[in-house]
Amino acid sequence: MTIGMKKREMTLSHKISRDWKMNKYKYLLILPVLVYLALFCYKPMYGLIIAFNNYKPTRGITGSDYVGLMWFDNFFNNIYFWRLLSNTFTISALSIVFGFPAPIILALLLNEIQNDKFKRTVQTITYMPYFISLVVTCSIIKIYCQENGLFSQIIEIFGGTRRNLLIDPSAYRPIYVLSGIWQNIGWNSIIYLAALSGIDQEQYEAARIDGANRFQQMLHITIPGILPTIMILFVLRMGSILNVGYEKVLLLYTENTYNVADVFSTYTYRVGLEQKQYSLSTAVSLFNTMVNIMFLVFTNWLSRKTTESGLF
Amino acid sequence: MATTKKKATGILMKRSTGDYIFDTINVIIMLLLCLVTLYPMYFVICASFTKNTYLVAHPGAVFYPVGFTVGSYKLAFSHPLLLSGYKNILIVLAVSLPINIALTLFCGYFLASKNVLLKKPVLFIIMFTMFFSGGMIPGWLNIRSLGLYNSLWALILPGAMSVYNSIICRTAIEAVPDSLQESAYIDGANDLVIVFRIILPLIMPTIAVLLLYYGVGHWNAWFNASIYLQDNEKLPIQNVLRAVLIANSNILNAAAAENDQVNEFAESIKYAAIVLTTVPVLCVYPFLQKYFVKGVMIGAVKG
Repeated sequence: MTIGMKKREMTLSHKISRDWKMNKYKYLLILPVLVYLALFCYKPMYGLIIAFNNYKPTRGITGSDYVGLMWFDNFFNNIYFWRLLSNTFTISALSIVFGFPAPIILALLLNEIQNDKFKRTVQTITYMPYFISLVVTCSIIKIYCQENGLFSQIIEIFGGTRRNLLIDPSAYRPIYVLSGIWQNIGWNSIIYLAALSGIDQEQYEAARIDGANRFQQMLHITIPGILPTIMILFVLRMGSILNVGYEKVLLLYTENTYNVADVFSTYTYRVGLEQKQYSLSTAVSLFNTMVNIMFLVFTNWLSRKTTESGLF
Repeated sequence: MATTKKKATGILMKRSTGDYIFDTINVIIMLLLCLVTLYPMYFVICASFTKNTYLVAHPGAVFYPVGFTVGSYKLAFSHPLLLSGYKNILIVLAVSLPINIALTLFCGYFLASKNVLLKKPVLFIIMFTMFFSGGMIPGWLNIRSLGLYNSLWALILPGAMSVYNSIICRTAIEAVPDSLQESAYIDGANDLVIVFRIILPLIMPTIAVLLLYYGVGHWNAWFNASIYLQDNEKLPIQNVLRAVLIANSNILNAAAAENDQVNEFAESIKYAAIVLTTVPVLCVYPFLQKYFVKGVMIGAVKG
């Protein structure tokens, strides 16, 4: 028995030395990546400690007093908590309900176009907004939303009244969701087009011989063909349901629309960097991150159970 | 694929009236979509050449440059912050891109390699950062404690590598036949030689995709600069644009207070600034479109 143990140990140390001999340059190559991750990803994670203590810049991360879950308590009993939760959830849910099917529909429609040149032109044009920066997109939106801007003019044509849409709380969410679709519909359709091109063409021929019309072909061949892709992207999207990015909201919201626009991440920004309440802000963003991970794991589990395709 | 389908349609069935109606509606939807996509860009270009007085009086739709003028562009180019903004973003691009590509290539190579003892733990360390992060404030405090605050390095180092892009890179490297690496090993080449002499030349199309992803990302980024930089002269182009667009911004007023032209072009300079920051990206876009698309597809196969 002891001999067997020794043999195993021998092989382990032998393994290590052989691995080092064979792969030392590979480890050398991955070293800068690990240094980068340590400095810019893992070191900030260590900084999460300040969510559990009363961080004072002069006393440092470890030198500040431990306060347990005080900041979380503080946040859950905050008058803004429910507003933030419902805003984040609503904006995200609206983006999913309208924004998720949009590129799928575009891909299906593009797939039905027979003229390749026209199809390519449409693709080129619809991908373009993805490369325009958020600063530019949001400033164009702001110009259009002025009291005499294009959107107000359009609203007037359809019988509404001219007003500054940016400070109108009821206009904020439609603007946010629609501009998101405008910017991403083309780009997000690429992945579905790729999935569509992988569908076996013989299936269509067989369906045509059986007398299926184009709508039936779409329903029974095309959509089942791209369903795994849809499911994976849906899992990814659902996983970030409480993760509304701050960049666009920061560029679009005004104090008049805080009521409907303020989300966890923008609250994190205002409390942390404007009001300098570092610990509270960190607690809010940690809570948000944990909820996101829970959603991701849950939707992944659900997808595995129902369609047998998932992320991990 | 498309041609076979077309042929098949022709042979097997005549297009019914329903098909014609569907196709027509489909084409109309596509044309409307193109119109909605293109008009804002066309609008900005027209407005940038339009007389300021007209824009102030008619802030709505513009269909052609009214009272053609290039005054706003002249003013934009004489704006000291705009020029420093271009300079700063070019510095960031020149320093970042080699770092981005090197780290992504090394990471992709390591993840694609076989028979490495520590591959699993390293893979976990890398993937974990995709789902969990310290968040805004710990990141900001980290930048301060590393002494990068108010330096252009704060725009370069925190995003030195994207895990998602390194997975794209791994997929490309895995597609290179193993026999090439094996024969290089037998000839006495080490991993460094293999990465730079064999892998790199073979995955050039993917490297182009990654360069574009990183490049566009840097060009369009504004948030990090707004929280990590203090001096206006260090701001990259997007942040300068943001300052120009917020008309009552202190930055603009302070930088151009002595300039009488400012009031004359207060409205149209916004559009000129938008054109000047967007054109570089949109100019390279049509040529590189197929590469972008390829990148999305490689990323998609990763699962």
